[in-house]
Amino acid sequence: MPTIPATDNLVEVENVNFAYDSRQILKGVNLNIRRGQVVAIMGLSGCGKTTLLRLIGGALRPNQGEVRVGGKAVSRLNHEELFALRRRMGMLFQFGALFTDMSCYDNVAFQMREHTDLPEEVIDDLVLMKLQAVGLRGAARLMPSELSGGMARRVALARTTALDPMLIMYDEPFAGLDPVSMGVIGQLIRRLNDSLGATSIIVTHDVAEALELVDYVYFMSDGVIVTQGNPEELRASDKPFVHQFVHGETDGPMPFHYPAEDYARDLQAAQG
Amino acid sequence: MSAVVNEFFENLGGRATGAIHRLGFASRFLLLTLRNSGMCLRRFSLVTREIYFTGALSLIIILVSGLFVGMVLGLQGYDTLERYGSSSALGVLVALSLVRELGPVVAGLLFASRAGSAITAEIGLMKATEQLAAMEMMAVDPIGRVIAPRFWAGVISMPLLAAMFSAMGVFGGYLVGVRLIGVDEGSFWSQMQAAVDFREDILNGVIKSLVFGIAVSWIAVFEGYDAPPTAEGVSGATTRTVVTSSLSILALDFMLTAFMFRGA
Repeated sequence: MPTIPATDNLVEVENVNFAYDSRQILKGVNLNIRRGQVVAIMGLSGCGKTTLLRLIGGALRPNQGEVRVGGKAVSRLNHEELFALRRRMGMLFQFGALFTDMSCYDNVAFQMREHTDLPEEVIDDLVLMKLQAVGLRGAARLMPSELSGGMARRVALARTTALDPMLIMYDEPFAGLDPVSMGVIGQLIRRLNDSLGATSIIVTHDVAEALELVDYVYFMSDGVIVTQGNPEELRASDKPFVHQFVHGETDGPMPFHYPAEDYARDLQAAQG
Repeated sequence: MSAVVNEFFENLGGRATGAIHRLGFASRFLLLTLRNSGMCLRRFSLVTREIYFTGALSLIIILVSGLFVGMVLGLQGYDTLERYGSSSALGVLVALSLVRELGPVVAGLLFASRAGSAITAEIGLMKATEQLAAMEMMAVDPIGRVIAPRFWAGVISMPLLAAMFSAMGVFGGYLVGVRLIGVDEGSFWSQMQAAVDFREDILNGVIKSLVFGIAVSWIAVFEGYDAPPTAEGVSGATTRTVVTSSLSILALDFMLTAFMFRGA
């Protein structure tokens, strides 16, 4: 199994366990994300991908283990230190999470107004540049309710990169998009990461789109990392789990059926 | 039989401790809102914007209701006072009923249904669509940026709306009593002026409306913030805001009246 050298890691997740009440979500997760890379965390719905993203962003604290971003243990930061770290992070939520009472322009300007003392003329230029980068300068004055799903995701991307973050996290960026919009978002993720000199983490179950643009992939299943590698290695992998996932097969190590009692016995019981 | 009784008491106890726990959580939430109010009080434009949505947009319903309540008071008051030959005191009856009770209470109930429900639904939907989580990830505190401005806007709007309700009600009473029925205009106004005390009546009415404003705004922002992030969760929270706010207003009104007017 190829491993990433421990040097120059922006994000380090070390032996992390996390449970919601008694439901164990993450069970000893270890992963490193190198600076400048676009890394995908893949797995089926409910395997703990989004939880991992929230732990990296400091929205949740691990029950055991440590998450470090830029060398700092996220769970040990106080409120001010965490907020200072988050100013250098961006997170794109699954459906954009645009502020519905603000125009696209104001959404992108939001962080600039909250965190900087820049004059409005400078903010104006910056917002238009950010919107131009995602191809939506012409939609600056539209409200989020007037945008399609793909457009909303692009405006949210512009908002996420408003303060040129060092780390950008994407929670299911391709969910619910048409193929053209998916391609556009994929290209933007790669282009913005490289032009900003940032590091990106994409949580997704969209294999085809993700393998086209990422540098490295971690596969998760049932709260643990089951395999990792670059896209070529994963495409060529003959591991049953990876093969099933990459090729979208309905049955394999990940069963089609939710665990249940014996089918025949259930039917007999139903007949009385 | 004993199992049923046990279950009944278990449920009752569970509900009681649940309610106390929730009240404690709501109190801590209020303290957090007050502590994080610095930003919105420094950037007062955040509050003014919300005053427009909660206060200014409630004006129509408040003014129209005030007018009708005042007109009804004029009709009923005249009918009763006429029996004792004191219809000239109609102005006093209308004004005292409004500034002491009906203004703060009815305006509070209308405010809870019009603005309180809107605040809860808006905050609940912001939570359900991850807007609050996104704000937190942008290192902006949603309590200070979203909750506190709405809370203060409600607290500021409520006494103003109650005052306008009362003023409109007095005008309604004047229209019916003086213009329609023909009560003497001079005695209507002069008796009102002589009988309504600024501190005893008007100031106490303002205090009542301020307390109602705090209660409704607190309930509305808390229910929105605490709403489960689903369609049913938000609709349930909106309903709870209206029901809890209305009952709180009526209970608080009784307590405040007992303190304020017991010697009068």
